[in-house]
Amino acid sequence: MTIINSHLEQKPVPEEEKVKLISIDTAKGKQKDDLSAKNKTKEVKVKVNNFSFYYGDKQALQNINMEITTNEVTALIGPSGCGKTTFLRTINRMNDLIPGTRVEGEVIVSGQNIYQPAVDVVELRRKVGLVFQQPNPFPKSIYENVAYGPKIHGKRKKEVLDEIVEESLKQAALWDEVKDRLKESGLSLSGGQQQRLCIARVLAVKPEIILMDEPTSALDPVATQRIEDLIRELSADYTIIIVTHNMQQAARISDFTAFFLLGELVECGRTAQIFTRPGDTRTEEYITGRFG
Amino acid sequence: MALAGVCGARRACKDERGSAMHNFKENMIKRFFMLNGLLSIVILLGIFYLLLSRSLPALQEVGLKNFFAPGYWKPTAFATPQYSMLNLIRGTFMVGAGSLLFAVPLGVACATYLAEVAGSREREVLKPIIEILAGIPSVVLGFFGLVVLSPIIAQIFGLNSGINALNGSILVGIMALPTIVSLAEDAISAVPQSYRHASLALGATRWQTILRVILPAALSGIIAASMLGMGRAVGETMTVLMATGNALAKPGSFFDSVRTLSANIAIEMGEVPMGSIHYHSLFFVGLVLFIITFVINLLADIIFQRYREEF
Amino acid sequence: MRVTEILKQGKIISGKRRRDWRQEVAFFCLRISMLLVFLILLMILFDITQKGFGVISWSFLTEAPRSGMKEGGIYPAIVGTFYVTLIATFFAVPLGIMAAIYLNEYALQGRLNRLIRISLRNMAGVPSIVFGLFGVALFVQLMGFKPSLLAAGLTLGLLTLPVTVTAAEEALKAVPKSYREGGLALGATQWQMIKTLVLPSAIPGMLTGVILGLSRAAGETAPILFTGAAFFLPYLPNSPFSQFMALPYHLFILATQHHDISGVRPLAYGTAFVLLVLVFLLNLSAVLLRYRYRKKIKQA
Repeated sequence: MTIINSHLEQKPVPEEEKVKLISIDTAKGKQKDDLSAKNKTKEVKVKVNNFSFYYGDKQALQNINMEITTNEVTALIGPSGCGKTTFLRTINRMNDLIPGTRVEGEVIVSGQNIYQPAVDVVELRRKVGLVFQQPNPFPKSIYENVAYGPKIHGKRKKEVLDEIVEESLKQAALWDEVKDRLKESGLSLSGGQQQRLCIARVLAVKPEIILMDEPTSALDPVATQRIEDLIRELSADYTIIIVTHNMQQAARISDFTAFFLLGELVECGRTAQIFTRPGDTRTEEYITGRFG
Repeated sequence: MALAGVCGARRACKDERGSAMHNFKENMIKRFFMLNGLLSIVILLGIFYLLLSRSLPALQEVGLKNFFAPGYWKPTAFATPQYSMLNLIRGTFMVGAGSLLFAVPLGVACATYLAEVAGSREREVLKPIIEILAGIPSVVLGFFGLVVLSPIIAQIFGLNSGINALNGSILVGIMALPTIVSLAEDAISAVPQSYRHASLALGATRWQTILRVILPAALSGIIAASMLGMGRAVGETMTVLMATGNALAKPGSFFDSVRTLSANIAIEMGEVPMGSIHYHSLFFVGLVLFIITFVINLLADIIFQRYREEF
Repeated sequence: MRVTEILKQGKIISGKRRRDWRQEVAFFCLRISMLLVFLILLMILFDITQKGFGVISWSFLTEAPRSGMKEGGIYPAIVGTFYVTLIATFFAVPLGIMAAIYLNEYALQGRLNRLIRISLRNMAGVPSIVFGLFGVALFVQLMGFKPSLLAAGLTLGLLTLPVTVTAAEEALKAVPKSYREGGLALGATQWQMIKTLVLPSAIPGMLTGVILGLSRAAGETAPILFTGAAFFLPYLPNSPFSQFMALPYHLFILATQHHDISGVRPLAYGTAFVLLVLVFLLNLSAVLLRYRYRKKIKQA
């Protein structure tokens, strides 16, 4: 049920490559299933071993085993309450904020078990960014929103910050819309723009992994389209894990799909395979709309 | 694969355990704020400790029993000083009870009106009135009682002077009123909407619903509110000091002049020689007052928290 | 048929409300109670304003009392109240805000947290005269401040601490959870998040608490009786260690302790009026600030 991959050692992604601008290429999604892409072996970014999660006495995730590949989009699908958001938030330990939670097993990010006591959560969250369901810009200017992360991580020079802000906004495909009003409040933007601002905010920290928790559920179709395009573009440089309740969305944008049900990982594999030849009848029933 | 480890978040995890450098700093910051959080406990304990330690000389000299023995508060009597606080305690509870007789019905009526009858607009106008009342300094209220209310009382009841327990009760009642109104309103508003709907759906009128369903459901909250009002009334100083006459005799009725524990401290503390038995005994009066209000407030608090958890 | 009959008796269906006389009487009584409270307030305000307003003049506000306090103004009392309130604020506000930050941002839901909250609520109920005694024992004697502005200010500060903490916590609670999560998800430490996201949003709300505490401190008499307030001083306080005159205490003296009580009655009214106006202005600004702040939070 897991993706087998032999390359465990880390191949550092060159910095220049991460920040370079990507040209808009909507055809990219279709190319993903090409044999050439498939044959290219990719390293494992996140590896989950026998992972269980508890809210107090209630078990929310049961014995999850999974591998997530670098620079691909992995979609987590399943009916609401199935644990997909809980799982997403364990990857940067945002669940720590909820009192009375407990974990068993390992989540290995870039070769390190993030649930070891020695792990620095703050450092982890720098490497693993999170985009929320509701766009949540800070009540600051657009510029300050994007510069927030670099600033708290010690970057003070104005030129450096200016550069990061521009770069991140361009990557988030928001630069052209806001370049003349960087001083305006982030809250003055439309919902879709706010969400792209939040993505830019995450990009500015230069993470390796970006988690997205139903990032388009609060947006209209046009804004959704833009975010989806953006996700495809970003997948060239980032490992993206996205929770979605929308199966068409999962089919459109993801390379891999994991299906969760009642806290269990039922099935995980290439998106094309999951949607055409699911291995489990429960997956089939879900994606054909028989429940959920 | 074997279970790799049970970790981390067993306790509530608002603090993040880790080993990086900044975690030391974060921990220090957290500890610093915690010290501030603990301040209220330290202050309460400090009040208790200082009052107790200051009253010990008096307790040793006079004896605990004599503070509560029948008699009078006459610490400056030349031959045989007396330290009985009985009349002071009587006076305190007379004013406290009298103020509640007036403030509880009125306060609960206002709270009911605000929570159940008044429209939202009306509430917006009426609530500041209660807040303004709460903002009047006690010395101003005492002044009002002294110059305006006491002649009125004297006239109505045909007394020589209206400076008595009744006057004090009314004024202290006014002081306690905002506490009672706002807490009782909280209690009434906390009654779940479903109770209201259930009763109205059975064909009860709004008043029947209020009287038979809502007020009984909110009863313990209302009692707690009244007790907190009592706590305020018992501890009130300036109004009673100015409006009750402060006589040391045993009060017979509400038309008599009385002296409360708080007023007694206020009157005598300024003139007493430091370090004398009289001085230390005033600290004991303060300790008794502190304990009385503490117990009342704590009981009210426990009732109120239980009530909150109920809904 | 029967159902419609029943429904017609009900007030919703029939269009005209069925008049239930018991309810009418009861609601009338409740309304009268509210009116009574309003009248009490009006009576107090009217009396003080009517007899106090005429006393107010430029010289009343700017001159010291003369001829055994039978003439002159209340300037030293105004200045004294200003200073003592200022000291109380400088003492109580930082402590109160930091305690609130601990309670709302750091404290775990547990026994200690409950204990702190119980003590805070209980502290709010400690009689002001007991605070006065505590101030005498701690600040005047143990710390050796003598009766002074400083001792009185610190005592008042302690008294207003629960007000400040409660208001500051309310302001912190009003900051949306999404700001906190957003900050932490970007790798901010707890303190960075509080400093850069929570506090900037909460400060206007905290200001409300500061002002409410101020107005409480300005009106209190009992705590300053023995910690520094003076019967009469011909000069203004010139250091934190001087004694001072204060408006509430001055009113108390004029109303009950002066040898010519009826003679100085107008001065007492004038003092009471000034004190009321001061406290109301403070409360009013707190209410306005809170109103504006809530509106802003709603918009965001």
